[in-house]
Amino acid sequence: MLITCPYCGPRDVIEFTYQGDGNRERPQPASQNLDAWNAYVYDRLNPAGDHNEIWQHSGGCRAHLRVVRNTLTHEISSVAFARGDHKVAARHKAEGKT
Amino acid sequence: MAEYSAFSLLKNALTGNKDWKPAWRKPAPKASYDVIVIGGGGHGLSTAYYLAKEHGITNVAVLEKGWLGSGNVGRNTTAVRSNYLLPANTRFYEHSMKLWENLSHDLNYNVMFSQRGCLNLAHTPAQLDDFARRGNAMRHLGVDAELMTTAEIARLVPALDVSATARFPIVGGLMQRRAGTARHDAVAWGYARGADRRGVDIIENCEVTGFLRDGDRIIGVTTSRGEIRARKVAVAVAGSTGQVMRLAGIDTMPIESHVLQAFVTESLKPFIDTVLTFGMGHFYMSQSDKGGLVYGGDLEGYNSYAQRGSLPVVDEVMSEMLALFPGLARVRMLRSWGGVCDMSMDGSPIITTGPLPGMYLNCGWCYGGFKATPASGWCFAWTIAKDEPHAFNAPFTLDRFHRGLVIDDKGQGATPRLH
Repeated sequence: MLITCPYCGPRDVIEFTYQGDGNRERPQPASQNLDAWNAYVYDRLNPAGDHNEIWQHSGGCRAHLRVVRNTLTHEISSVAFARGDHKVAARHKAEGKT
Repeated sequence: MAEYSAFSLLKNALTGNKDWKPAWRKPAPKASYDVIVIGGGGHGLSTAYYLAKEHGITNVAVLEKGWLGSGNVGRNTTAVRSNYLLPANTRFYEHSMKLWENLSHDLNYNVMFSQRGCLNLAHTPAQLDDFARRGNAMRHLGVDAELMTTAEIARLVPALDVSATARFPIVGGLMQRRAGTARHDAVAWGYARGADRRGVDIIENCEVTGFLRDGDRIIGVTTSRGEIRARKVAVAVAGSTGQVMRLAGIDTMPIESHVLQAFVTESLKPFIDTVLTFGMGHFYMSQSDKGGLVYGGDLEGYNSYAQRGSLPVVDEVMSEMLALFPGLARVRMLRSWGGVCDMSMDGSPIITTGPLPGMYLNCGWCYGGFKATPASGWCFAWTIAKDEPHAFNAPFTLDRFHRGLVIDDKGQGATPRLH
Protein backbone atom coordinates (compact mmCIF):
# COMPACT_ATOMS: atom_id res chain seq x y z
CA MET A 1 0.00 0.00 0.00
CA LEU A 2 1.30 3.43 -0.94
CA ILE A 3 0.25 6.62 0.80
CA THR A 4 0.90 9.86 -1.06
CA CYS A 5 2.27 12.27 1.50
CA PRO A 6 1.57 15.89 0.49
CA TYR A 7 5.22 16.75 1.25
CA CYS A 8 7.08 13.63 0.23
CA GLY A 9 5.00 12.02 -2.52
CA PRO A 10 4.03 8.34 -2.73
CA ARG A 11 5.72 6.30 0.01
CA ASP A 12 5.39 2.74 1.23
CA VAL A 13 3.02 2.13 4.13
CA ILE A 14 5.89 0.95 6.36
CA GLU A 15 7.02 4.59 6.63
CA PHE A 16 3.70 5.50 8.25
CA THR A 17 2.19 4.94 11.68
CA TYR A 18 -1.52 4.36 11.96
CA GLN A 19 -3.12 6.59 14.54
CA GLY A 20 -6.60 5.27 14.20
CA ASP A 21 -10.09 6.38 13.49
CA GLY A 22 -10.28 10.01 12.38
CA ASN A 23 -14.02 10.34 12.98
CA ARG A 24 -13.72 10.69 16.72
CA GLU A 25 -13.93 14.09 18.35
CA ARG A 26 -11.78 14.59 21.40
CA PRO A 27 -13.61 16.54 24.10
CA GLN A 28 -11.97 19.56 25.65
CA PRO A 29 -9.35 18.38 28.17
CA ALA A 30 -11.34 19.86 31.06
CA SER A 31 -14.63 18.41 29.87
CA GLN A 32 -16.56 16.36 32.41
CA ASN A 33 -19.00 15.07 29.83
CA LEU A 34 -18.58 11.32 30.44
CA ASP A 35 -20.64 10.31 27.42
CA ALA A 36 -18.43 12.38 25.14
CA TRP A 37 -15.25 10.91 26.64
CA ASN A 38 -16.61 7.36 26.47
CA ALA A 39 -17.59 7.85 22.85
CA TYR A 40 -14.15 9.24 22.05
CA VAL A 41 -12.27 6.45 23.80
CA TYR A 42 -14.41 3.40 22.97
CA ASP A 43 -16.99 3.85 20.23
CA ARG A 44 -16.13 3.23 16.60
CA LEU A 45 -18.02 3.47 13.31
CA ASN A 46 -15.79 0.71 11.88
CA PRO A 47 -17.14 0.97 8.31
CA ALA A 48 -16.61 -1.61 5.55
CA GLY A 49 -15.81 0.95 2.88
CA ASP A 50 -14.39 4.47 3.00
CA HIS A 51 -12.82 5.16 6.38
CA ASN A 52 -11.67 8.53 7.62
CA GLU A 53 -8.41 7.94 9.50
CA ILE A 54 -5.25 9.60 10.82
CA TRP A 55 -1.76 8.48 9.83
CA GLN A 56 1.61 9.96 10.69
CA HIS A 57 4.49 9.92 8.23
CA SER A 58 6.69 8.88 11.13
CA GLY A 59 9.47 7.52 8.92
CA GLY A 60 9.53 10.67 6.80
CA CYS A 61 8.45 14.26 7.31
CA ARG A 62 6.50 13.36 10.49
CA ALA A 63 3.40 15.20 9.27
CA HIS A 64 0.04 14.00 10.57
CA LEU A 65 -2.28 13.15 7.71
CA ARG A 66 -5.99 12.71 7.30
CA VAL A 67 -6.48 9.81 4.92
CA VAL A 68 -9.67 8.42 3.41
CA ARG A 69 -9.05 4.73 2.69
CA ASN A 70 -11.40 1.97 1.65
CA THR A 71 -11.20 -0.80 4.27
CA LEU A 72 -12.26 -3.44 1.73
CA THR A 73 -9.85 -2.57 -1.10
CA HIS A 74 -7.23 -0.30 0.57
CA GLU A 75 -7.82 2.29 -2.19
CA ILE A 76 -6.93 5.73 -0.89
CA SER A 77 -9.19 8.48 -2.19
CA SER A 78 -7.74 11.46 -0.36
CA VAL A 79 -4.75 12.51 1.73
CA ALA A 80 -4.57 15.89 3.43
CA PHE A 81 -2.78 17.45 6.36
CA ALA A 82 -4.61 16.67 9.58
CA ARG A 83 -3.71 20.00 11.12
CA GLY A 84 -6.80 21.67 9.68
CA ASP A 85 -8.78 19.51 12.08
CA HIS A 86 -7.14 20.90 15.17
CA LYS A 87 -9.91 23.45 15.14
CA VAL A 88 -12.27 20.74 16.44
CA ALA A 89 -11.64 21.72 20.04
CA ALA A 90 -11.84 25.41 19.20
CA ARG A 91 -15.22 24.89 17.54
CA HIS A 92 -16.54 23.14 20.64
CA LYS A 93 -15.46 26.10 22.69
CA ALA A 94 -17.14 28.57 20.36
CA GLU A 95 -20.39 26.57 20.51
CA GLY A 96 -20.23 26.46 24.29
CA LYS A 97 -20.05 22.63 24.35
CA THR A 98 -17.94 20.82 26.85
CA MET B 1 -25.93 -40.20 17.58
CA ALA B 2 -23.02 -42.61 17.42
CA GLU B 3 -22.63 -42.36 13.69
CA TYR B 4 -18.88 -42.54 13.58
CA SER B 5 -17.41 -45.64 15.18
CA ALA B 6 -14.98 -48.38 14.31
CA PHE B 7 -17.99 -50.51 13.41
CA SER B 8 -19.58 -47.91 11.10
CA LEU B 9 -16.23 -47.22 9.41
CA LEU B 10 -15.76 -50.95 8.72
CA LYS B 11 -19.34 -51.44 7.55
CA ASN B 12 -19.17 -48.50 5.16
CA ALA B 13 -15.75 -49.52 3.92
CA LEU B 14 -17.16 -52.95 3.01
CA THR B 15 -20.18 -51.43 1.25
CA GLY B 16 -18.18 -48.97 -0.85
CA ASN B 17 -18.82 -45.90 1.34
CA LYS B 18 -22.13 -45.34 -0.44
CA ASP B 19 -24.32 -45.07 2.68
CA TRP B 20 -22.80 -42.12 4.54
CA LYS B 21 -25.33 -39.40 5.18
CA PRO B 22 -24.35 -35.75 4.66
CA ALA B 23 -23.15 -34.27 7.95
CA TRP B 24 -25.87 -31.63 7.75
CA ARG B 25 -28.98 -31.11 5.64
CA LYS B 26 -29.52 -28.17 3.28
CA PRO B 27 -32.97 -27.07 4.40
CA ALA B 28 -34.89 -24.13 2.96
CA PRO B 29 -35.61 -21.49 5.60
CA LYS B 30 -38.94 -21.75 7.40
CA ALA B 31 -41.09 -18.66 7.95
CA SER B 32 -40.31 -18.55 11.65
CA TYR B 33 -38.15 -20.08 14.38
CA ASP B 34 -37.80 -19.80 18.12
CA VAL B 35 -34.23 -18.60 17.73
CA ILE B 36 -32.21 -17.31 14.78
CA VAL B 37 -28.45 -17.35 15.09
CA ILE B 38 -26.79 -15.05 12.56
CA GLY B 39 -23.39 -16.41 11.61
CA GLY B 40 -22.48 -20.00 10.73
CA GLY B 41 -18.98 -19.92 12.11
CA GLY B 42 -17.66 -21.80 15.10
CA HIS B 43 -19.47 -19.68 17.65
CA GLY B 44 -22.81 -19.60 15.83
CA LEU B 45 -22.75 -23.37 15.32
CA SER B 46 -21.73 -24.15 18.87
CA THR B 47 -24.45 -21.79 20.13
CA ALA B 48 -27.05 -23.69 18.12
CA TYR B 49 -25.63 -27.01 19.32
CA TYR B 50 -25.80 -26.07 23.01
CA LEU B 51 -29.24 -24.46 22.60
CA ALA B 52 -30.48 -27.83 21.40
CA LYS B 53 -28.44 -30.04 23.69
CA GLU B 54 -28.47 -28.13 26.98
CA HIS B 55 -31.72 -26.21 26.75
CA GLY B 56 -33.93 -28.31 24.50
CA ILE B 57 -34.46 -25.43 22.06
CA THR B 58 -34.33 -27.13 18.68
CA ASN B 59 -36.49 -24.85 16.52
CA VAL B 60 -33.38 -22.87 15.60
CA ALA B 61 -31.94 -21.54 12.36
CA VAL B 62 -28.27 -20.71 11.80
CA LEU B 63 -27.99 -18.21 8.94
CA GLU B 64 -24.66 -18.10 7.13
CA LYS B 65 -23.87 -15.57 4.42
CA GLY B 66 -21.33 -17.79 2.68
CA TRP B 67 -20.73 -21.47 3.20
CA LEU B 68 -20.32 -23.11 6.55
CA GLY B 69 -17.00 -22.46 8.26
CA SER B 70 -15.72 -20.07 5.57
CA GLY B 71 -14.77 -17.37 8.05
CA ASN B 72 -12.42 -17.31 10.99
CA VAL B 73 -13.19 -20.84 12.19
CA GLY B 74 -11.29 -22.05 9.14
CA ARG B 75 -8.65 -19.31 9.18
CA ASN B 76 -7.14 -19.41 12.66
CA THR B 77 -3.92 -20.99 13.90
CA THR B 78 -5.86 -23.58 15.99
CA ALA B 79 -4.31 -22.86 19.39
CA VAL B 80 -6.37 -23.61 22.50
CA ARG B 81 -5.28 -22.28 25.90
CA SER B 82 -6.63 -20.73 29.09
CA ASN B 83 -3.56 -18.86 30.37
CA TYR B 84 -5.09 -15.51 31.29
CA LEU B 85 -4.41 -13.20 34.20
CA LEU B 86 -7.78 -11.74 35.15
CA PRO B 87 -10.34 -13.97 36.88
CA ALA B 88 -13.18 -13.20 34.42
CA ASN B 89 -11.08 -14.37 31.48
CA THR B 90 -9.49 -17.27 33.35
CA ARG B 91 -12.83 -18.72 34.48
CA PHE B 92 -14.38 -18.37 31.04
CA TYR B 93 -11.47 -19.81 29.07
CA GLU B 94 -10.94 -22.59 31.61
CA HIS B 95 -14.58 -23.57 31.17
CA SER B 96 -13.84 -23.67 27.45
CA MET B 97 -10.78 -25.85 28.09
CA LYS B 98 -12.89 -28.33 30.04
CA LEU B 99 -15.39 -28.50 27.19
CA TRP B 100 -12.52 -29.02 24.74
CA GLU B 101 -11.21 -31.93 26.81
CA ASN B 102 -14.42 -33.86 26.19
CA LEU B 103 -15.46 -32.36 22.86
CA SER B 104 -14.65 -35.26 20.56
CA HIS B 105 -16.71 -37.62 22.72
CA ASP B 106 -19.50 -35.11 23.16
CA LEU B 107 -19.80 -34.50 19.41
CA ASN B 108 -18.89 -38.05 18.34
CA TYR B 109 -16.59 -36.23 15.96
CA ASN B 110 -12.81 -36.29 16.22
CA VAL B 111 -11.76 -32.67 16.59
CA MET B 112 -8.17 -33.85 17.02
CA PHE B 113 -7.74 -31.94 20.27
CA SER B 114 -4.10 -32.37 21.17
CA GLN B 115 -2.97 -31.17 24.60
CA ARG B 116 0.60 -30.55 23.57
CA GLY B 117 1.06 -27.52 25.83
CA CYS B 118 1.51 -23.83 25.21
CA LEU B 119 4.81 -22.23 26.18
CA ASN B 120 5.18 -18.45 26.47
CA LEU B 121 8.83 -17.47 26.20
CA ALA B 122 10.24 -14.78 28.50
CA HIS B 123 13.22 -12.76 27.37
CA THR B 124 13.86 -10.53 30.37
CA PRO B 125 13.80 -11.20 34.13
CA ALA B 126 10.97 -8.68 34.46
CA GLN B 127 8.93 -10.54 31.88
CA LEU B 128 9.56 -13.81 33.68
CA ASP B 129 8.36 -12.18 36.93
CA ASP B 130 5.24 -11.08 35.11
CA PHE B 131 4.71 -14.62 33.82
CA ALA B 132 5.18 -15.99 37.35
CA ARG B 133 2.46 -13.63 38.51
CA ARG B 134 0.13 -14.78 35.73
CA GLY B 135 0.98 -18.42 36.42
CA ASN B 136 0.17 -17.95 40.10
CA ALA B 137 -3.11 -16.24 39.21
CA MET B 138 -3.98 -19.20 36.99
CA ARG B 139 -3.10 -21.80 39.63
CA HIS B 140 -5.09 -19.84 42.19
CA LEU B 141 -8.16 -20.52 40.04
CA GLY B 142 -7.31 -24.16 39.48
CA VAL B 143 -5.68 -23.85 36.06
CA ASP B 144 -2.37 -25.60 35.45
CA ALA B 145 0.71 -23.46 34.92
CA GLU B 146 4.40 -23.98 35.48
CA LEU B 147 7.51 -21.90 35.04
CA MET B 148 10.23 -23.45 32.95
CA THR B 149 13.94 -22.75 32.98
CA THR B 150 15.92 -22.17 29.83
CA ALA B 151 17.51 -25.61 30.16
CA GLU B 152 14.09 -27.27 30.38
CA ILE B 153 12.92 -25.28 27.36
CA ALA B 154 15.99 -26.32 25.38
CA ARG B 155 15.14 -29.98 26.07
CA LEU B 156 11.50 -29.47 25.07
CA VAL B 157 12.20 -27.49 21.88
CA PRO B 158 15.67 -28.47 20.68
CA ALA B 159 15.52 -26.31 17.54
CA LEU B 160 15.09 -23.13 19.55
CA ASP B 161 18.03 -20.75 19.75
CA VAL B 162 18.52 -20.58 23.53
CA SER B 163 22.05 -19.20 23.36
CA ALA B 164 23.08 -16.02 25.14
CA THR B 165 23.91 -14.54 21.75
CA ALA B 166 20.37 -14.92 20.40
CA ARG B 167 18.78 -11.68 19.24
CA PHE B 168 16.50 -11.87 22.30
CA PRO B 169 17.99 -14.41 24.73
CA ILE B 170 15.47 -16.66 26.46
CA VAL B 171 15.46 -16.50 30.26
CA GLY B 172 12.56 -18.88 30.91
CA GLY B 173 8.95 -19.43 30.10
CA LEU B 174 5.45 -20.12 31.32
CA MET B 175 3.96 -23.45 30.29
CA GLN B 176 0.34 -24.55 30.33
CA ARG B 177 0.50 -28.30 29.69
CA ARG B 178 -3.22 -28.74 29.12
CA ALA B 179 -3.22 -26.19 26.29
CA GLY B 180 -2.76 -27.34 22.73
CA THR B 181 -4.33 -27.36 19.30
CA ALA B 182 -7.46 -28.71 17.62
CA ARG B 183 -8.46 -29.32 14.03
CA HIS B 184 -10.46 -26.18 13.27
CA ASP B 185 -12.56 -27.46 10.35
CA ALA B 186 -13.55 -30.52 12.34
CA VAL B 187 -14.83 -28.24 15.08
CA ALA B 188 -17.13 -26.47 12.61
CA TRP B 189 -18.26 -29.73 11.03
CA GLY B 190 -18.73 -31.51 14.33
CA TYR B 191 -20.86 -28.75 15.82
CA ALA B 192 -22.80 -28.42 12.56
CA ARG B 193 -23.61 -32.12 12.49
CA GLY B 194 -24.47 -32.20 16.18
CA ALA B 195 -26.83 -29.24 15.81
CA ASP B 196 -28.35 -30.55 12.59
CA ARG B 197 -29.09 -33.98 14.04
CA ARG B 198 -30.94 -32.31 16.91
CA GLY B 199 -33.18 -30.43 14.48
CA VAL B 200 -31.37 -27.14 13.92
CA ASP B 201 -31.65 -25.76 10.36
CA ILE B 202 -28.27 -24.64 9.04
CA ILE B 203 -28.99 -22.33 6.14
CA GLU B 204 -26.00 -21.44 4.03
CA ASN B 205 -25.77 -18.71 1.38
CA CYS B 206 -28.34 -16.72 3.31
CA GLU B 207 -27.21 -13.16 3.92
CA VAL B 208 -28.99 -11.06 6.52
CA THR B 209 -29.94 -7.75 4.89
CA GLY B 210 -31.94 -6.15 7.67
CA PHE B 211 -33.88 -6.62 10.89
CA LEU B 212 -37.65 -6.86 11.31
CA ARG B 213 -38.83 -4.72 14.18
CA ASP B 214 -41.90 -4.17 16.25
CA GLY B 215 -41.13 -0.81 17.83
CA ASP B 216 -37.77 -1.32 19.52
CA ARG B 217 -38.09 -5.09 19.58
CA ILE B 218 -36.30 -7.27 17.04
CA ILE B 219 -38.77 -9.86 15.70
CA GLY B 220 -36.82 -11.35 12.82
CA VAL B 221 -34.57 -10.66 9.89
CA THR B 222 -34.79 -9.99 6.18
CA THR B 223 -32.38 -12.12 4.20
CA SER B 224 -31.32 -12.84 0.66
CA ARG B 225 -33.69 -15.85 0.98
CA GLY B 226 -36.69 -13.95 2.31
CA GLU B 227 -38.09 -12.84 5.65
CA ILE B 228 -37.56 -15.07 8.67
CA ARG B 229 -39.19 -14.33 12.00
CA ALA B 230 -38.03 -15.37 15.44
CA ARG B 231 -38.69 -14.51 19.05
CA LYS B 232 -34.99 -14.25 19.63
CA VAL B 233 -32.28 -13.15 17.21
CA ALA B 234 -28.67 -13.86 18.18
CA VAL B 235 -25.73 -12.20 16.43
CA ALA B 236 -22.41 -14.07 16.26
CA VAL B 237 -20.66 -12.60 13.24
CA ALA B 238 -17.13 -11.75 14.49
CA GLY B 239 -15.46 -9.32 12.09
CA SER B 240 -18.79 -8.30 10.53
CA THR B 241 -20.30 -7.22 13.87
CA GLY B 242 -20.21 -3.51 13.01
CA GLN B 243 -21.90 -4.12 9.67
CA VAL B 244 -24.69 -6.29 11.07
CA MET B 245 -25.33 -4.00 14.05
CA ARG B 246 -25.59 -1.06 11.66
CA LEU B 247 -28.48 -2.91 9.99
CA ALA B 248 -30.18 -2.77 13.38
CA GLY B 249 -29.60 0.98 13.61
CA ILE B 250 -26.64 0.78 16.00
CA ASP B 251 -23.90 2.81 14.36
CA THR B 252 -21.04 2.57 16.80
CA MET B 253 -19.61 -0.36 18.72
CA PRO B 254 -16.53 -0.70 20.96
CA ILE B 255 -14.99 -2.77 18.17
CA GLU B 256 -12.73 -2.29 15.17
CA SER B 257 -12.27 -4.88 12.41
CA HIS B 258 -8.64 -5.73 11.69
CA VAL B 259 -6.94 -8.32 9.53
CA LEU B 260 -4.77 -10.99 11.11
CA GLN B 261 -2.62 -13.17 8.88
CA ALA B 262 -1.67 -16.78 9.34
CA PHE B 263 0.96 -18.87 7.58
CA VAL B 264 1.89 -22.46 6.95
CA THR B 265 5.17 -23.89 5.71
CA GLU B 266 5.83 -26.96 3.63
CA SER B 267 5.63 -30.20 5.62
CA LEU B 268 8.57 -30.99 7.84
CA LYS B 269 9.47 -33.96 9.97
CA PRO B 270 8.47 -33.57 13.62
CA PHE B 271 10.02 -30.26 14.63
CA ILE B 272 8.08 -28.82 17.54
CA ASP B 273 5.53 -30.63 19.71
CA THR B 274 4.12 -27.69 21.64
CA VAL B 275 2.57 -24.32 20.91
CA LEU B 276 5.26 -21.69 21.29
CA THR B 277 4.91 -17.93 21.68
CA PHE B 278 7.62 -15.32 21.35
CA GLY B 279 7.81 -12.74 24.13
CA MET B 280 9.62 -9.89 22.39
CA GLY B 281 7.21 -9.39 19.54
CA HIS B 282 4.06 -11.09 18.47
CA PHE B 283 4.68 -14.55 17.09
CA TYR B 284 3.24 -18.00 17.82
CA MET B 285 3.81 -21.35 16.20
CA SER B 286 2.77 -24.97 16.30
CA GLN B 287 3.15 -27.91 13.94
CA SER B 288 0.16 -29.48 12.26
CA ASP B 289 -0.31 -33.22 12.02
CA LYS B 290 0.54 -32.96 8.32
CA GLY B 291 3.91 -31.50 9.30
CA GLY B 292 3.44 -27.88 8.26
CA LEU B 293 4.49 -25.23 10.73
CA VAL B 294 1.42 -23.09 11.42
CA TYR B 295 2.24 -19.64 12.68
CA GLY B 296 1.13 -16.06 12.90
CA GLY B 297 2.03 -12.66 14.21
CA ASP B 298 0.54 -9.26 14.69
CA LEU B 299 -2.41 -7.49 13.12
CA GLU B 300 -1.92 -5.41 9.99
CA GLY B 301 -2.37 -2.45 12.31
CA TYR B 302 -5.10 -0.55 10.48
CA ASN B 303 -8.83 -1.14 10.05
CA SER B 304 -9.52 -3.69 7.35
CA TYR B 305 -12.21 -6.02 6.07
CA ALA B 306 -9.99 -7.31 3.28
CA GLN B 307 -9.52 -10.96 4.46
CA ARG B 308 -5.99 -10.76 3.13
CA GLY B 309 -2.78 -9.38 4.53
CA SER B 310 0.12 -7.28 3.33
CA LEU B 311 3.79 -7.98 2.78
CA PRO B 312 5.27 -5.79 5.56
CA VAL B 313 3.62 -8.05 8.14
CA VAL B 314 4.83 -11.17 6.31
CA ASP B 315 8.34 -9.75 6.53
CA GLU B 316 7.98 -9.00 10.23
CA VAL B 317 6.56 -12.42 11.12
CA MET B 318 9.30 -14.23 9.21
CA SER B 319 12.01 -12.22 10.96
CA GLU B 320 10.47 -13.06 14.33
CA MET B 321 10.42 -16.74 13.42
CA LEU B 322 14.10 -16.61 12.43
CA ALA B 323 15.03 -14.81 15.65
CA LEU B 324 13.78 -17.92 17.49
CA PHE B 325 14.64 -20.62 14.95
CA PRO B 326 17.59 -19.64 12.74
CA GLY B 327 17.45 -23.16 11.30
CA LEU B 328 14.17 -22.43 9.53
CA ALA B 329 15.73 -19.87 7.16
CA ARG B 330 15.47 -22.17 4.15
CA VAL B 331 12.05 -23.59 4.84
CA ARG B 332 9.52 -22.52 2.26
CA MET B 333 6.25 -20.89 3.20
CA LEU B 334 3.40 -22.71 1.53
CA ARG B 335 0.42 -20.44 2.06
CA SER B 336 -0.68 -17.32 3.87
CA TRP B 337 -4.15 -15.97 4.41
CA GLY B 338 -6.01 -13.40 6.45
CA GLY B 339 -9.11 -13.25 8.61
CA VAL B 340 -11.10 -10.28 9.86
CA CYS B 341 -10.93 -10.05 13.64
CA ASP B 342 -13.45 -8.19 15.77
CA MET B 343 -11.03 -6.33 18.01
CA SER B 344 -12.72 -5.09 21.17
CA MET B 345 -11.33 -2.08 23.02
CA ASP B 346 -10.14 -4.07 26.07
CA GLY B 347 -9.17 -7.33 24.39
CA SER B 348 -12.04 -9.26 25.99
CA PRO B 349 -15.24 -10.52 24.37
CA ILE B 350 -18.88 -9.51 24.62
CA ILE B 351 -21.57 -12.16 25.27
CA THR B 352 -24.75 -10.50 26.36
CA THR B 353 -28.47 -9.93 26.05
CA GLY B 354 -29.45 -6.92 23.96
CA PRO B 355 -28.56 -4.27 23.11
CA LEU B 356 -32.10 -4.22 21.65
CA PRO B 357 -35.05 -6.22 23.01
CA GLY B 358 -35.19 -9.60 21.29
CA MET B 359 -31.52 -9.40 20.34
CA TYR B 360 -28.46 -11.22 21.76
CA LEU B 361 -24.89 -10.31 20.98
CA ASN B 362 -21.68 -12.34 20.82
CA CYS B 363 -18.57 -10.52 19.53
CA GLY B 364 -15.23 -8.92 20.39
CA TRP B 365 -13.14 -12.08 20.05
CA CYS B 366 -9.94 -10.33 18.99
CA TYR B 367 -7.24 -12.91 18.20
CA GLY B 368 -8.67 -15.56 20.44
CA GLY B 369 -12.04 -16.69 19.19
CA PHE B 370 -11.12 -20.23 18.23
CA LYS B 371 -10.15 -21.47 21.69
CA ALA B 372 -13.34 -19.90 23.04
CA THR B 373 -15.62 -21.73 20.57
CA PRO B 374 -17.12 -24.27 23.01
CA ALA B 375 -17.57 -21.89 25.97
CA SER B 376 -18.74 -19.05 23.77
CA GLY B 377 -21.54 -21.17 22.36
CA TRP B 378 -22.28 -22.72 25.75
CA CYS B 379 -22.56 -19.33 27.49
CA PHE B 380 -24.37 -17.67 24.60
CA ALA B 381 -26.92 -20.50 24.47
CA TRP B 382 -27.48 -20.10 28.23
CA THR B 383 -27.91 -16.33 27.80
CA ILE B 384 -30.39 -16.78 24.95
CA ALA B 385 -32.37 -19.53 26.67
CA LYS B 386 -32.62 -17.88 30.08
CA ASP B 387 -32.51 -14.20 29.08
CA GLU B 388 -29.70 -13.64 31.51
CA PRO B 389 -25.98 -14.37 31.41
CA HIS B 390 -24.31 -17.33 33.08
CA ALA B 391 -21.77 -16.41 35.76
CA PHE B 392 -19.02 -17.26 33.26
CA ASN B 393 -20.07 -14.55 30.81
CA ALA B 394 -21.74 -12.08 33.16
CA PRO B 395 -18.65 -9.78 33.12
CA PHE B 396 -18.61 -9.71 29.29
CA THR B 397 -21.25 -7.02 28.86
CA LEU B 398 -21.47 -4.43 26.12
CA ASP B 399 -21.93 -1.53 28.52
CA ARG B 400 -18.83 -2.34 30.58
CA PHE B 401 -16.84 0.13 28.49
CA HIS B 402 -19.03 3.08 29.41
CA ARG B 403 -19.32 1.92 33.03
CA GLY B 404 -15.59 1.66 33.67
CA LEU B 405 -15.68 -2.14 34.06
CA VAL B 406 -13.31 -3.09 31.27
CA ILE B 407 -11.55 -6.46 31.44
CA ASP B 408 -8.11 -5.40 30.32
CA ASP B 409 -5.91 -8.48 30.68
CA LYS B 410 -2.86 -6.65 29.39
CA GLY B 411 -3.38 -3.57 31.54
CA GLN B 412 -2.78 -1.44 28.51
CA GLY B 413 -5.82 0.81 28.27
CA ALA B 414 -8.30 1.20 25.47
CA THR B 415 -6.95 0.00 22.15
CA PRO B 416 -8.39 -2.36 19.56
CA ARG B 417 -5.08 -4.22 19.20
CA LEU B 418 -5.00 -6.45 22.29
CA HIS B 419 -4.43 -10.21 22.29
